[in-house]
Amino acid sequence: MAEKKKTDENLMTGSEILVKALVEVGVDKIFGYPGGKVIGLYDVLFRTPEIQHILVRHEQGATHAADGYARATGKPGVVVVTSGPGATNTVTGIATAFMDSIPMIVFTGQVASGMIGNDAFQEADIIGITRPITKHSYLVKDAAHLSQIVHEAFHISVTGRPGPVLIDLPSDILAQKTSYKPCVEMKIRGYNPTYKGHSQQISKAADMLNSAKRPLIYAGGGVNIGLAADELSEIAIRGHIPVTTTLLGLGAFPEDNPLSVGMVGMHGTWYANMAMMQCDVLMCVGARFDDRVTGRLNHFSPASRKIHIDIDPSCISKNVSVDIPIVGHVKEILPDMLKKIKPADSETWLNTIAQWKSEHPLTYKQTDDVIRPQYVVERVAALTDHQAIVVTDVGQNQMWAAQFYGFKRPRQILSSGGLGTMGYGLPAALGAAFGCPDDTVVCFTGDGGFQMNIQELTTAVQHRIPLKIVLLNNGYLGMVRQWQELFFGRRYASTVLAEGNPDFMKLAEGYGAAGIRVSRPDEVDDAIRKGLKIDDRPVVMEFLISREENVFPMVPAGASLDEMLEAGH
Amino acid sequence: MRHILSVIFENKFNAIPRIAGLFSGRAYNMNSMSFGLGEDPETTRATITSEGDDQIIEQIAKQLNKLVDVIKVVELTYEPFVERELALVKVQSSPSTRAEIMQVADIFRAKIIDVSHKTITIEVTGKEDKVNAIIEMLQQFGIREIARTGIVALKREFQKESS
Ligand SMILES: Cc1ncc(C[n+]2csc(CCOP(=O)(O)OP(=O)(O)O)c2C)c(N)n1
Ligand SMILES: [Mg+2]
Repeated sequence: MAEKKKTDENLMTGSEILVKALVEVGVDKIFGYPGGKVIGLYDVLFRTPEIQHILVRHEQGATHAADGYARATGKPGVVVVTSGPGATNTVTGIATAFMDSIPMIVFTGQVASGMIGNDAFQEADIIGITRPITKHSYLVKDAAHLSQIVHEAFHISVTGRPGPVLIDLPSDILAQKTSYKPCVEMKIRGYNPTYKGHSQQISKAADMLNSAKRPLIYAGGGVNIGLAADELSEIAIRGHIPVTTTLLGLGAFPEDNPLSVGMVGMHGTWYANMAMMQCDVLMCVGARFDDRVTGRLNHFSPASRKIHIDIDPSCISKNVSVDIPIVGHVKEILPDMLKKIKPADSETWLNTIAQWKSEHPLTYKQTDDVIRPQYVVERVAALTDHQAIVVTDVGQNQMWAAQFYGFKRPRQILSSGGLGTMGYGLPAALGAAFGCPDDTVVCFTGDGGFQMNIQELTTAVQHRIPLKIVLLNNGYLGMVRQWQELFFGRRYASTVLAEGNPDFMKLAEGYGAAGIRVSRPDEVDDAIRKGLKIDDRPVVMEFLISREENVFPMVPAGASLDEMLEAGH
Repeated sequence: MRHILSVIFENKFNAIPRIAGLFSGRAYNMNSMSFGLGEDPETTRATITSEGDDQIIEQIAKQLNKLVDVIKVVELTYEPFVERELALVKVQSSPSTRAEIMQVADIFRAKIIDVSHKTITIEVTGKEDKVNAIIEMLQQFGIREIARTGIVALKREFQKESS
């Protein structure tokens, strides 16, 4: 009898095993939302002081918050939601993370194993629904497997090309009592990402760069995710190579360095796009020749021989065929390459670029009667010393933030690049603030996107998170309106928000956040200063901006990178 | 051009849908896909035929390789390989056509595996074009049903010494 009792005490529920495994892999924050199928799991979390559970107000918010947390800290974000609608609400956030290679683990409740397939209450085939937007997924069939699965999932999520992993938890498995079987070793036969670059390829690439006259580095999110910004800078500086970055690559090379040519692509700088078109050797590092970057593909960078470094072999020669592919981790490859880099004979080229910069800078028309959004971004940048973590929503606000903030360090800008998810900004900023409590977190957002996950203002208020929300209110779905203005005869079909917009100040107040509304350019600095001082709750700084401001330069869809529309168009 | 990919993967939950889903999700062409246990009981071998230029096929192979469950992808197109497909063809028959149908089967070295008053079911094995050919020949008698396995293939080991 006594012996039997003892073994019973050693038994744990699936929920307990899961939480123990989470603690083992170092999880200290979870973003989530409870429901019927995960109440037992929440009960265990409730008595687990090592893990803080942050109750968001919508499951989409949980995934974006976990994403923001991951981008800001480099650690995987963790989400727990219930079955059915809880699970389906995570889809947009998972897809956002998948497109931008962000490590995330999503735990979804599921109906009991025996009920799966019966259209049970709150059943959804979430594994099926998320199959194309997850790096991998698990349906847990025995609580004894949980520790193994959790360790594997985290390993898969953060290594190689990172991405979201989903773990579906049938309710009977969470309740199942069994003894804890620790994960002893991970053997995933089909998963073995390449880290070390091929040394001959690296030498060839270095030679190509060394002998280039017009070299260019094009750096993407992989440099930020791979923590290889310093290594990249060393190569650029030693090799006299200018650097352009993608939206997700911003911060991987300091924009105040003379070798920086800023962001490339649809709303990139004039000089970055021209440099892309005219370089003779192009080295792409941790980017993927996305269509927003290349413009018309068959006219992309026609004069260059190309080097491509990426951890994901499927990114290589997918859109653009390259001369020297190097598969591996940037952090391994760049130091190997650095040893072989010599200063290129690029002086004429650097002079040309410097001249382009002075002739075609990023500009906007400053006025003293109406606030220009670019000015707001510039002032926020100056008053935060270019050091804030900048989270953007999607649309014009995103592009102005990208163009005018002036990023200095890696992982400084968090933005939905691949999927372009409106509603990303606020919850991602929340996640970043939880991950980096000592940093100032600024969220640039629009009057459209802000309303797509505005409920997370509550979460920020509840936790007294001093988010700086910079609402660039133009009364339009501005980015779509811009396309309508330029390409659809100014017919503003369903893009006018002004008449229907809420009073954002009252809204802020209602949520318990601070609100500051600014309508005149000469009030901008004071408002930002005031907003930055608030330290016990989020602040919504609403700037009523020039309503029909456009983002320039712009490479129209389908045009070549050197066919840019410029300001004053 | 037709390409054959041989894919070894761990037979885990969800692996087959992930493989199949790649083709629909990424709009890759797929002509046939067959699955069966591999030499190691924990693995399955998929044989996939697809149409496309080399670049697309390379992409498909890379995307397949990226799946966590996939252990190995071999593109057989540019290697010598042996391929077979098996088909069961149920043909309408009457006393007057039966002999002729059997003759056709004979020529293709196909087997009669079922006979009724109104039908004959033929089993044929061979390369895809042989299977296509017998089906075409049987068309005139009226085909009731066809079940094809899709192609299976392996790399050919015996090769003439290259000079
Ligand atoms: C979820 C989602 N729906 C629709 C879009 C298409 N879209 C891209 S930008 C944009 C307008 C955004 O308006 P707003 O948030 O006010 O920002 P602005 O462009 O005015 O700065 C829209 C509708 C999107 N990117 N995401
Ligand atoms: Mg707007």
